[in-house]
Amino acid sequence: MRRLLAILLENEAGALSRVIGLFAQRNYNIETLNVAPTEDETLSRVTLSTTGDENRIEQITKHLNRLIEVVKVVDLTDGDHLERELMLIKVRAVGALREEVKRCCDIFRGQVIDVTNDAYTIQLTGTSEKLDAFIRALGETAVLEVVRSGVSGIGRADKILSL
Amino acid sequence: MMTERLSGGEMLIRALQDEGVEYVFGYPGGAVLHIYDAIFKQQRIEHILVRHEQAATHMADGYARSTGKPGVVLVTSGPGATNAVTGIATAYMDSTPIVVISGQVANDFIGSDAFQETDMVGVSRPVVKHSYLVRSAAEIPRIVKEAFYIACSGRPGPVVIDVPKDTTDPSVFFDYEYPKSVSLRSYSPSTRGHSGQIRKAANALLAAKRPVIYTGGGVIQGDAAAELTKLARRLEFPVTNTLMGLGGFPGDAEQFLGMLGMHGTFEANMAMHHADLIFAVGARFDDRVTNNPAKFAPDATIVHLDIDPASISKIINADIPIVGPAGRVLAEIDRVIEAKLGEDPEALDKRALGDWWRRIHGWRKQHGLDHDQRHRQGLNGSLLPQQVVQSVYRATKGQAFVTSDVGQHQMFAAQYYKFDSPRRWINSGGLGTMGFGLPAAMGVQFAHPGAVVACITGEGSFMMNMQELSTCMQYALPIKVINLNNQALGMVKQWQDMQYGGRHSHSTYRDALPDFTALTESFGHVAYRIDHLDELDDAMADVFGAKHRDDLVFVDAHIDPEEHVYPMAIKGGAMNDMVLERVDGRDDIRDDL
Ligand SMILES: Cc1ncc(C[n+]2csc(CCOP(=O)(O)OP(=O)(O)O)c2C)c(N)n1
Ligand SMILES: [Mg+2]
Repeated sequence: MRRLLAILLENEAGALSRVIGLFAQRNYNIETLNVAPTEDETLSRVTLSTTGDENRIEQITKHLNRLIEVVKVVDLTDGDHLERELMLIKVRAVGALREEVKRCCDIFRGQVIDVTNDAYTIQLTGTSEKLDAFIRALGETAVLEVVRSGVSGIGRADKILSL
Repeated sequence: MMTERLSGGEMLIRALQDEGVEYVFGYPGGAVLHIYDAIFKQQRIEHILVRHEQAATHMADGYARSTGKPGVVLVTSGPGATNAVTGIATAYMDSTPIVVISGQVANDFIGSDAFQETDMVGVSRPVVKHSYLVRSAAEIPRIVKEAFYIACSGRPGPVVIDVPKDTTDPSVFFDYEYPKSVSLRSYSPSTRGHSGQIRKAANALLAAKRPVIYTGGGVIQGDAAAELTKLARRLEFPVTNTLMGLGGFPGDAEQFLGMLGMHGTFEANMAMHHADLIFAVGARFDDRVTNNPAKFAPDATIVHLDIDPASISKIINADIPIVGPAGRVLAEIDRVIEAKLGEDPEALDKRALGDWWRRIHGWRKQHGLDHDQRHRQGLNGSLLPQQVVQSVYRATKGQAFVTSDVGQHQMFAAQYYKFDSPRRWINSGGLGTMGFGLPAAMGVQFAHPGAVVACITGEGSFMMNMQELSTCMQYALPIKVINLNNQALGMVKQWQDMQYGGRHSHSTYRDALPDFTALTESFGHVAYRIDHLDELDDAMADVFGAKHRDDLVFVDAHIDPEEHVYPMAIKGGAMNDMVLERVDGRDDIRDDL
């Protein structure tokens, strides 16, 4: 079962390495990981996707909570939530392909943010599935480079994760 | 009041004084020389110069386990720090509070592969409760305060403070003030149990027909032995302890089933397997206890009390989990039960409990530790390890602090020395660190100068930290070392007998052992050698008598090298699957030593 955890962390050197170290040490896997400071500079917010059954997720959550620098942990997949991922993708665009790629990009509501004679760099946001679908739609030959941010998640409506 | 102006090194030592630290176990080197100079200029803290940093951590650990107060270690960067790691991991696995201060190269040099640089925070990360890298000297008082608070509160554990040399510079001064409190928004260990869960637990206990109270190190570390004993006595339920929990309930009480688990007693393991209610207190269902978790106690309702939520339902699912400090929660459960029994004296099913006790007594009679077979004579009148431990028990009237190492001798000590109070039995249960026993005994002796401290060890384990005999000479520590000398890595050899057709691959030393009596005498200590049963009690009376009150005495007890530890859990089985007496060449035993 895929799970999306939101973690509030002290924004301190070494704090993130404890989170990652915990996953390695206890044999939990990290599928995507994304981290940045929040509006409160003393806190970082991590969104981490992992897989496991209920027991495993419970253990992961408990062990995360044991880390001194972890302030809060929430399993977003427990309730309604929103997920987004950002992708920057460089694709080959020459001749007839140029139009084709542009059209595909429009269909997925992407933006071309850099152009050369033979390539476009496209920015796309959405769920991970949408990003996967875009890559498939382009066909592998066109793809030169992909960089994805990993999933960011937030609870829906008035659910708020804060101190 | 004028604030004092102190250098970083002085602040560090001053902060330790303000924490009430009596001893620092350490070893100097380049990165900590400023700190050592600060130590030189004060009297309140006594520094103990060890001979190896691993031993320093075990001493601090022994000090902590026997007192409940944090042990403190000071080591230099690089090899000093890495030498300490085994001891830190040992403390981590058994949740004991130690604070390890390691020197580090100056902040400006970090990351440059400077001389004696090791990323100590990185190396120790998986085996600490928390760690700090000091970025500027001004942080030192706050970091020390937090480190001690974190090490000692909640589920205790080791904390590392890595101190770059520039932050201890003796020529730069700061205003020193020791914080009165800590504020950590992300850390607040639970201070009481949930009252609804407490009521549920009390009801489950009252309804039980075949109960067992199973307690671990949490009762010792949480200072909950008195509360446990009171509740267990009120209920008259059978009690068993883990290897870490011995002394949590009086070991000589009729109600006590002995240790459970891999080398636990027959009656303890049988009772666990057949129980309809298991009340686990400060224990973590370690694989050395449960054997195969899938076959564990099929009929039992599990009530699990622990300070650490992560220990609950980790291996065995708890039906009634309670997170909280053991002592306080046990006292509350006891109050609820006292009230209920007051209203209705029949609330306990006395008849069912009577039947249960009859079954337990039957198991005890059948295969208990006092069963005749276990008192067979050694070959040609040679000594059996069990007899040596029993003789130590008699000679010390059960009142010694006993440390141990890892191997057969450890199991014999745990089985045959009956601890009637907590913090007396000190051993490395979780990590199983050979070499723990002697330095741990030293830490205990520093903490309790007048007490009788015995280290029951094996020659293999002893040789892993025997350099500390020199430290014992320097500080005149009157430890009694009982070396159960079977001239082999006995526990390894036992497994090879049982499942590798007796092929003793590298578990014996081929006559390369030292003469231990001459060896220990060369350090200025007293030594005895015992080969026969008929010398045993007289020798022990001497060793623990007034004559040697101030001496370190090393007893080299040459025991029957063929003896095995029984009972022994059968690999993959339930708790009632045990080998009870010598069988060679079987391959259905555990395969992970
Ligand atoms: C540091 C370390 N290395 C290896 C082991 C594996 N091990 C467990 S028991 C044992 C043999 C211990 O020999 P000894 O101290 O003589 O005790 P005995 O079993 O003979 O009583 C070994 C090698 C360990 N526990 N710790
Ligand atoms: Mg041995």
